[in-house]
Amino acid sequence: MQSLIEKIRQGSFSDFPGGVYPQQFKELSNQTPISRIPLPEKLYIPVKQHIGVEGQIKVAVGDRVNKGQPLTQSMNPFAVPVHASTSGEITAIREHVSAHPSGLPETTIELTPDGEEHWVELTPMLDYRQHPKSEVLEAICRAGISGLGGAGFPTHIKVTPKKDIEFLIINGVECEPYISADDRLMREHSWQIRQGIDILCHLLNPKYVLIAIEDNKPEAIHAMQVACQENSDYIICSVPTKYPAGGEKQLIQVLTNREVPHNGLPVDVGVVMQNVATCYAVADAIFTGKPLIHRVVTLTGKALRNPGNVWALLGTPIAHLLAQADVDKQQQQKLIMGGPMMGFELVSDQIPVVKITNCLLAPGVKEMPDMGPEQPCIRCSACADACPAELLPQQLFWHAQAKELEKAKDYNLFDCIECGACAYVCPSKIPLVHYYRVAKAEIRTQEEEKQKADKARERFEARKLRLEQEKAEREARHKRASEARKAAMQEDDGGSQARIAATLARAKAKQEDNGAPSDNSDKVAAAIARAKARKAQASSSGNEVQPDANAGQDDKAAKVAAAVARAKAKKQSTQKTTTPEQPDAPEQDDKAAKVAAAVARAKAKKQSAQKTTTPEQPDAPEQDDKAAKVAAAVARAKAKKQSAQKTTTPEQPESPEQDDKAARVAAAVARAKAKKASRAQQQAHEESEQEVQPIAADSEKKRKVAEAIARAKAKKAMKDKNSS
Amino acid sequence: MSVLVALLAIGALALIFGLILGYAAVRFKVKSDPLVDQIDAILPQTQCGQCGYPGCRPYAQAIAEGDEINKCPPGGETTIRHLADLMGVEAKPLDSAHGEEDIKKVAYIREDECIGCTKCIQACPVDAIVGASKQMHTVIVDECTGCDLCVDPCPVDCIDMVPLRPTVSSWRWQLESIAVKNVE
Ligand code: SF4
Ligand code: SF4
Ligand code: SF4
Ligand code: SF4
Repeated sequence: MQSLIEKIRQGSFSDFPGGVYPQQFKELSNQTPISRIPLPEKLYIPVKQHIGVEGQIKVAVGDRVNKGQPLTQSMNPFAVPVHASTSGEITAIREHVSAHPSGLPETTIELTPDGEEHWVELTPMLDYRQHPKSEVLEAICRAGISGLGGAGFPTHIKVTPKKDIEFLIINGVECEPYISADDRLMREHSWQIRQGIDILCHLLNPKYVLIAIEDNKPEAIHAMQVACQENSDYIICSVPTKYPAGGEKQLIQVLTNREVPHNGLPVDVGVVMQNVATCYAVADAIFTGKPLIHRVVTLTGKALRNPGNVWALLGTPIAHLLAQADVDKQQQQKLIMGGPMMGFELVSDQIPVVKITNCLLAPGVKEMPDMGPEQPCIRCSACADACPAELLPQQLFWHAQAKELEKAKDYNLFDCIECGACAYVCPSKIPLVHYYRVAKAEIRTQEEEKQKADKARERFEARKLRLEQEKAEREARHKRASEARKAAMQEDDGGSQARIAATLARAKAKQEDNGAPSDNSDKVAAAIARAKARKAQASSSGNEVQPDANAGQDDKAAKVAAAVARAKAKKQSTQKTTTPEQPDAPEQDDKAAKVAAAVARAKAKKQSAQKTTTPEQPDAPEQDDKAAKVAAAVARAKAKKQSAQKTTTPEQPESPEQDDKAARVAAAVARAKAKKASRAQQQAHEESEQEVQPIAADSEKKRKVAEAIARAKAKKAMKDKNSS
Repeated sequence: MSVLVALLAIGALALIFGLILGYAAVRFKVKSDPLVDQIDAILPQTQCGQCGYPGCRPYAQAIAEGDEINKCPPGGETTIRHLADLMGVEAKPLDSAHGEEDIKKVAYIREDECIGCTKCIQACPVDAIVGASKQMHTVIVDECTGCDLCVDPCPVDCIDMVPLRPTVSSWRWQLESIAVKNVE
């Protein structure tokens, strides 16, 4: 252990395998101090800028916000908020092209600055050592800090490790060509970075702090040495320049000669790594209370006449930055976010700066010519020599291209850090990393689909089981019910049946009442009409007539009514055996119809029973009354429908089969009613008032006859009375 | 004499080891996943019936009994390749008689047109639709397998199959989008 520290102090480091030495081009942008730029016209602040979950948006369109005011909020530990980068008005919350290779739109808060830069009230925590660690952590989380180095992992999670930490490594390597944001930051703000490191030390209690800087940044090394000279546990390590020394695993290997295990994390070897820019932001959050609302962005590339580093507010559209750097539109052919090795090309210049944006590269025409077509792999294995993760890129490529994803996975595809070293050295100009990215995405998708399929299977099986259970239960219930019915029938033949019938009739009546809500009825009607059309087509018996729109009135209530009517007709036939026309049974002999038939049967029996016992008294008891009312309602509905059809569609030459049937049924019902009514009127005049409501066109005559008879009877009775 | 002893000894040894092995074979028998389960685990569980069987499992059964492996359009090429691996046969292109591999879709109910007839609920094999009689229905997108089975029974034709929108996390890298190397 001691020797390791001794070695580090002496500046003798290990090496990582592979690596390449691309030309640096850092001097393009690192010559001038970090500059401040004017406010853009609009800021586009994506609600999710880190790895994890986004918070809920707390502001609404039209709200005025102050600089530094949180815009999102969440209780989820993996969520960090985003803040208003300046004061102004929220002008929109909508989808905006994202800072992602796909450019797919993501929810973004659009902020129009008012130029006043009015801060929210800040709560610095100068005496952070006196506060419990959890409060410091919360302050870091509240400030919206996530790793500024590239991955964007929430910092407050990274600094609460489960294990003891030996080394806190501060990553100031910045190994990618062109980028100089961290370089400038260390040169100009080394003191604040040191303060940030102090805070992280307070939280992590590491034995040593290693501040790693590549040896091509002597000024930065010097500045950090000066800033850290008082603290002997802070060791500035000048690591040899080699790409990708800034990779997390590679840097750990260089400094400590430890390898992070496959599928492991740095903390497994006692290391936590933070970027210098993150340290700066942490110090900002604790000592001034300012949240993370800006960062240093390197603007570089030969298409820019005025390259350099700028403090860019998060949400600044790229176009604004390019304008500040005086872009030469003729030179600029593409835009890359990040460095030339690991960055991605942007699809729009309206993409905003986000927390992980460290560089914008606008290469000139000659600087990055198109690579030309990719050639076949010649198996030179240059890529394997360059790979810092000791993979076999050519094998990975082979399997990724053949979509043999399983095999690619066996070759540890997921250990690839996508550093691009292999593609850099490949003489065949194969864009290897792309193949890996595609393959990785493919594997992830497949795994997701597999999970979904498993879930679907579970749900499908659960449903099957449930349906079976329900069926069994239903059968059992039916069996029980039929047994009960049988028993009841034996016990009390007439009465109980009448009761059951009455109950059913009541239920029917209720169903009819709320069966067809008026506001819904057109929709339902149209729907059923279409369904019938479809069914008719399916059966295609040819003789069936396409139902018209009015057929829609044949809704459920109508069906039930038809069934009731049919049952009534049956009753008539049993009573008098003189049914002029037997209504056809509707095709859809559904449950409702059966129930209704049962009701009718029961009624018929009851009536015949009543007739035999009290033939002189057809005066309906309560049940019968209700059933009659139901029937009357049905008949009314029918009559209305018929008249409606007659009035609205007189030109309709052929009424559809169903309507026809329904009409006949209705007629039968009405007739039955009329008969009953007349009988009742013979007995009691007041009851006739109630009963003589059916006004179906067909029955009108009969009803009138009945009424006339009743009137005559009444007159006679009066006369009788008078005479007596 | 010594030859006889040697023969006997060898014979006895053979017998003993035979018994041990026989016992071990019974005692430590590895219950392997039945083939049908393994096949079923590969199939996408859409339960769409496009393969000509009433669901994924019946098709798995049929494959185990020797049916072709290229009849599942929702699974597409990936499923065929996995099946080919498992069954030890050549992968072949999807049998177009059963349909084409399509982009992933989910059902979407136009809610203001739904009349609440519950027919779609009865049709959905994975209970991905919620709703009650005469109430508007809706699809749980995360549970929907895109099997299409609910579209036909709907009397008002208010169910659409809409393609899943790609998100940043489900987006697959397009090969053409960047050039990485070229710092000379
Ligand atoms: S991109 Fe992956 S395979 Fe290629 S060199 Fe880097 S780590 Fe190795
Ligand atoms: S460097 Fe390119 S050509 Fe050489 S083995 Fe690797 S992939 Fe093939
Ligand atoms: S909602 Fe429709 S498409 Fe989706 S799983 Fe259910 S039946 Fe299939
Ligand atoms: S089948 Fe159509 S109308 Fe019926 S509940 Fe489902 S979506 Fe609504």
